[in-house]
Amino acid sequence: MRLNDEQQMLQDSVARLMADKGPVSRLRELRDSRDEKGYDQPLWQAMVEAGLTGILVPEEHGGIAFGLVGAGLVAQEIGRNLSVTPFLSTAVLGATALSTGATAEQQSKWLPAIAEGTALVALAVDEGAKHRPDSLNTRYEGGKISGDKLLVLDGHVADLLLVAATDGSDSALYLVDPKASGVTIERTIMADNRNAARIQFDNVEAEPMADGAAALQAALRAGRAVLAAELAGLSREVFERTLGYLKERKQFGRLIGTFQALQHRAAQLMIDVTMTEALALQALDACDNNADDADAQVFAAKGKAARTALLAGQEGVQMHGGIGMTDEFDIGFFLKRARAGGETLGDANFCADRFATLGGY
Amino acid sequence: MSDLEQFRAETREWLQANCPEEMRQPVRGPEDHCWGGRKWQFQSDAQRVWMERMAEKGWTAPQWPQEYGGGGLTPEQAAILDEEMKRINARTPVSNFGFWMLGPALLKFGSDELKRKHLPPICRGEIRWCQGYSEPNAGSDLASLQTRAEDKGDHFLVNGQKIWTSYADKADWIFCLVRTDPNATKHNGISFVLFDMETPGVTTRPIELISGESPFCETFFDDVKVEKDAVVGELNRGWDVAKYLLTHERNNIGGEPPGYLKGRALGPLAAEHVGTENGKLADSALRADIARLETDHMAFRALVAKVRAEAEAGEGVGALSAVLKYYGTELNKRRYELMMDAMGAEGLEWESERTQGGMFASEWLRSKGNSIEGGTSEVMLGIVSKRVLGLPDA
Repeated sequence: MRLNDEQQMLQDSVARLMADKGPVSRLRELRDSRDEKGYDQPLWQAMVEAGLTGILVPEEHGGIAFGLVGAGLVAQEIGRNLSVTPFLSTAVLGATALSTGATAEQQSKWLPAIAEGTALVALAVDEGAKHRPDSLNTRYEGGKISGDKLLVLDGHVADLLLVAATDGSDSALYLVDPKASGVTIERTIMADNRNAARIQFDNVEAEPMADGAAALQAALRAGRAVLAAELAGLSREVFERTLGYLKERKQFGRLIGTFQALQHRAAQLMIDVTMTEALALQALDACDNNADDADAQVFAAKGKAARTALLAGQEGVQMHGGIGMTDEFDIGFFLKRARAGGETLGDANFCADRFATLGGY
Repeated sequence: MSDLEQFRAETREWLQANCPEEMRQPVRGPEDHCWGGRKWQFQSDAQRVWMERMAEKGWTAPQWPQEYGGGGLTPEQAAILDEEMKRINARTPVSNFGFWMLGPALLKFGSDELKRKHLPPICRGEIRWCQGYSEPNAGSDLASLQTRAEDKGDHFLVNGQKIWTSYADKADWIFCLVRTDPNATKHNGISFVLFDMETPGVTTRPIELISGESPFCETFFDDVKVEKDAVVGELNRGWDVAKYLLTHERNNIGGEPPGYLKGRALGPLAAEHVGTENGKLADSALRADIARLETDHMAFRALVAKVRAEAEAGEGVGALSAVLKYYGTELNKRRYELMMDAMGAEGLEWESERTQGGMFASEWLRSKGNSIEGGTSEVMLGIVSKRVLGLPDA
């Protein structure tokens, strides 16, 4: 697919915004200052003003309803700059879940707040080392939720928790107030310096949605597709930085970019990155158009993006040599984010398993 | 109804009325592919009738100008024709190097006279062409070719040897790269010439491949007389034509497998051979490998679609064709490896009715040539590093 004029304009303006207000140096500052909130508040405010927090919020709730392609374009730039924002947790996962399955009352309360930037939302799905959304232990019974969650993105700063639980038959999302009694939140700073949390729910009051099962599925699909775009953007940035290094670093009296061993690996990396970008965009577009194979495309895109980002991160460090191993140099941040982003909402193996099942084998 | 909708309706109706039932059956093997030419033996009346009817419409070369025997269709119309043919599983009526390679070269570089002489017989399936590029000492380094064409006043005298000439023993005419100026620098003394394979002095010898087939030949030229007006483009500028064609050839590689795997999904095919447990392929490692391949293939198709869209918008494909050639052929090799993994002993039968005489192993082995012919994978990566990434020469 090709971007239309509106999408192209969005991409250009977001690229400027992220490079200007949310560059990699901000991630470093937040890490070094052990920022309590753990995300870039001035950047988030700028995104609110640009309407980006409401990119998936319907217009009647104050959003700009730009669709997943639009959200993917934002995520690509987030990936390129490693910008630290609650965009995925709130603007993508939260907004998609609520606009898909919440009651009218829940929507009126939360969707405008997301668009206006007055509420952060966190999705609590995972319970163990791996993403297994179809075999949940967290139970919903008689209006109460009990269970343990982890990798809840932005969980310690959220104003609303959307908790995946089973009532014995269906897995669905439920609304939980993070301040409710029985909720214990432990912030877990991850290797990529992003916010996650382990959250225990001990018989906590929870509010069902109108269709919490559909909300869960829609949020997961949107999240995976948008993460694929973020990882594609990350991969592109690592590739470009690394290519630049090949053209300036000299050893043995010549530029290391003249060595065929490195040239061919750089070419292969570029090809993987370019394919990943094309597939991510195509998958987002398939979701927006509700294409028959949208699910398969999203699993393919997320799986491919997870692998490409890791490859880019590894090649980025390797081709930079010793300096790539230093904390002072930025390339390591990309490798860390590649692994964490790849793991989030299902790693490459998880995606391959789902993709194969959809393919009938 | 828009013009295109009208065209689709008429095309559908015409195909329905004119495509013989037999030509809507899946291709079983290479013999079902119609190559055309003077020596061609039609497999059936249906194959002949189908080719003739399509040629009559100009639809054997849908986008070539009508004055040269083509269909004169716009890209949009050609896409509709393609879709409508796929819809009823219609086979390609005829194809050979005349359609893929020479035609595009003539349309871009040929004189009106050459176009009028050579394009209509291609469209009618009367003349089958082969390509004389590689030589024993000019493979990846094609421009070092040594076949000489000496100017003898009213004709050229061609001497030398070509190799990997596809179907030279079955073709009627050859388009050939020859050195017309031995003193010029490597790329500058080459011309692109056309001549009849029945000209005295031309001999061919098929080369048996590891796949058991012999699609390629060694071709020898011993004092072959070639007309002076048989040069495509300018004299000594044949490398421009060759380069254009190589790019064109690489563009046509979409990574879709030929032969048995064409249109067949690997996962379900594997399930037939290795079985399933709880609805999943019994061999979980094979299942993961297939899923990874199909994921990569989906990504590759997305890239191809993007490159094509950009080409249509006039942004040009250029060196990206090397990307498509490299990745498409590597994907195809991976696909055949996994087919063989899935088929196990059944795929290895080299001589049996069940495998139509070793079709699976043969196609698997043939796929190994994909990343060698038309520029090796390593040459492609070299082009990408230099022309796309801008990495410096050693």
